[in-house]
Amino acid sequence: MSFRSAFSGLFPDKAHRNVLCVLMTAAALATPAIAAGAPHPAPQTTVNAIEAEVMCPICGTLLELAESPQARREKVFVAKLVAEGKSKAEVKDALVAQYGPSVLALPKASGFDLSAYLVPILAIAIATVVLLFSVLRWRRSGRASEPSAADAAASAPQGEDAERLEADLSRYDL
Amino acid sequence: MSARSLLAFLAVLAVVGLLAFGLLNKGATKIAVGEAVPDKVLPALPGPGHGSIAEYRGKWVLVNLWASWCIPCREEAPVLQRFYGRNRGNDTTVLGINVQDNEDDARAFLREHPTAYPQLRSVGDERSAAFGSTGVPENFLVEPDGDLALIWRGPVDDQFLRERVTPLIKGSS
Repeated sequence: MSFRSAFSGLFPDKAHRNVLCVLMTAAALATPAIAAGAPHPAPQTTVNAIEAEVMCPICGTLLELAESPQARREKVFVAKLVAEGKSKAEVKDALVAQYGPSVLALPKASGFDLSAYLVPILAIAIATVVLLFSVLRWRRSGRASEPSAADAAASAPQGEDAERLEADLSRYDL
Repeated sequence: MSARSLLAFLAVLAVVGLLAFGLLNKGATKIAVGEAVPDKVLPALPGPGHGSIAEYRGKWVLVNLWASWCIPCREEAPVLQRFYGRNRGNDTTVLGINVQDNEDDARAFLREHPTAYPQLRSVGDERSAAFGSTGVPENFLVEPDGDLALIWRGPVDDQFLRERVTPLIKGSS
C-alpha cells in the first residue's frame, strides 16, 4: 500500500485532505522559525570570570576556590545567570540581592573591616607628611651649605697660586 | 623625645589599637540566654508579606535558622513540623528563618519539605551574624516576653525537643 492510498484511506473527503495538507505545511514552515526566534542570548561574561571576583560568604574564600555545598549552589546560580546572557555587573547585582553585600570581595565599612579602608588613607596621609618634612629639611640644609661671596673670595687662589693660574689660563686662551 | 621617635611610637600605638579594636569587635555579636532575641522585620517565604519574631510575643517561639544546601536541615524540617503540630495549641510556634541561601533554592526546599509553620528569609548572612551563628541549622527558643530561653547551635531531633524544649514550655504554664 502506497502512502498516497493510505492517506486517501484515512481521509476519504478531499476537502479534509486539503485542509490537513495546508496545516502540515504551515507547521513544517513554522517550526524552524519558532526555533530561530527562541531567546538564545550570547553570554556576555564567563562563569570563571565571575567566580574569580566574588566570594563564597560562608567559606570566606573566593568562589572559584570554594567547594562547600553552599558554594556549589552559588556556582549553579552564577552559571544560570551567565547562560541567560547577563553581564558581569548584572550577575554581581543578583548575587548581592540573594547573598548580601558580603558576596562581593569587599570588606564591610564597619567594625574591624573598616580598617581596610582607613589604613591605606592613613598611610598615604602619613607618607605625604613625612615627604613634605623631608623636602623642607633637604631644602633648608641645601641653603645652609651654599657658599657666600665672602667665602668664595676667601677661597680664591692667592700670591704664587694666582699667578700660576693666570699663566695657565692665558696659555690655553684661544 | 625626637620627632622620629614620636612618629614611630604613634605608628606602633595605631597598629596595637587597631588589633585591639578588631579583637573586641569579633565578640560583639555573641548572644546569651536571658538576653532579648535579635529581631528584624524580614520578607516572608515564599511571600508575599513580612514578619518578625516580635509578632509572636506572648508565645514560645522556636526559631530555626536553615538553608536549602544544608543536609541536616532536610532531616530537621519534618521533626520541627511534628513539634509544631503537637504544640501549636499551647501558645507555641516554630519560626523558620532561611539564611545564606538564594530564594529559588529556598522555595524548592519548602516544596520538597513542606512546613506549616511560618517562614522568613534573610538576605545573605545578616541574620546569622545577628544570632552569632557559626553554621546551619541552629535553633533558639524564645520566651513569650522575647528573651532567649535556649540556644542550640546544631540540628534538633524528637528526643532533644522532648527532653530539652518541651519541659521549658510546660514549666512556664
